[in-house]
Amino acid sequence: MSAKTIAADAPVQFYDLDEHAHPEGHSTMLGFWIYLMSDCLIFAILFACYAVLGGSYAAGPAPKDLFDLKLIALNTAMLLFSSITYGFAVLQMQQGKVRGVQIWLAVTALFGLAFLGIELYEFHHLIEIGATPQRSAFLSSFFTLVGTHGLHVTFGIIWLVTLMFQLSKHGLIAANKRRVMCLSMFWHFLDVVWIGVFTFVYLMGVLR
Amino acid sequence: MSRDPHATAHAHDGPHEIEMPHASMRDYVIGFVLSVILTAIPFWLVMTMPLSAGATGAIIMGFAVVQIVVHMVFFLHMTPKAEGGWSLTSLIFTVIVVVIMLAGSLWVMHHLNTNMMPMPHEPTSQTASTTTGQVP
Repeated sequence: MSAKTIAADAPVQFYDLDEHAHPEGHSTMLGFWIYLMSDCLIFAILFACYAVLGGSYAAGPAPKDLFDLKLIALNTAMLLFSSITYGFAVLQMQQGKVRGVQIWLAVTALFGLAFLGIELYEFHHLIEIGATPQRSAFLSSFFTLVGTHGLHVTFGIIWLVTLMFQLSKHGLIAANKRRVMCLSMFWHFLDVVWIGVFTFVYLMGVLR
Repeated sequence: MSRDPHATAHAHDGPHEIEMPHASMRDYVIGFVLSVILTAIPFWLVMTMPLSAGATGAIIMGFAVVQIVVHMVFFLHMTPKAEGGWSLTSLIFTVIVVVIMLAGSLWVMHHLNTNMMPMPHEPTSQTASTTTGQVP
């Protein structure tokens, strides 16, 4: 370091003369975390909307008439399984096994697709019986909140598939490791949001 | 008054590899088992209703908060030291904003509702149960 050559009576430096290293991606994890926090605010707004409008049925159907808790329990299980299988993918990555990472990412994607399939089935069923977003303020806020979460899962799955291609092309390079860790945060974050959805929307809705 | 130049120079000499949270099988298994328990109990409480609605609501809200913390610790590897404390700082900031927004919205909108003059179509809400014929 050049600092060693500075004499004791050198003028006081108030600024950094040697620029320290900024390795590529050294702040990606924190940056992605801050993105997730801003995403958290989107969901907070949608939760607040649902909390305010969730009781306005406009003489239409109430949560008790619409929600099938067995289906929601199955959906929750799918997302929870996909969380731990993503964990296995991260563990395989730490051991440097590309094949293992890809297999567990594929399993995670399948659970994610199962979750989406069940959610779309539920939405289809609701729309078929006339409980469309236009029906009442409750249904508008319900479809917006749960739909936004579903949209996040959809993009998560697209990212998963993209990552599997990147892994097969480049292997476990530093950039891919970083991507796996970012998607890990994204995926587990979606599971955290889902805890709020199934508790606050479905379980509390049926209780109301 | 001047700082030791060696100290500032060596502060940047740390390893240049990207720091990643270290995950372990133990963490994931503990997190998963706790999540399953914390999910199954609320569903069971609501589906079989062994308690009153008020008590059930309070319990499932409590379970949700605990499960969110479990996910943060065991799946998202949140520690006070992660990223030099900046992850936790931004999380605390977000939680404060979220709490203000949720509590504030509910409070303001509740007061608006109670202070609102009765609307002409108010009586229709009485017949809500009879007009839901389209629902199974």
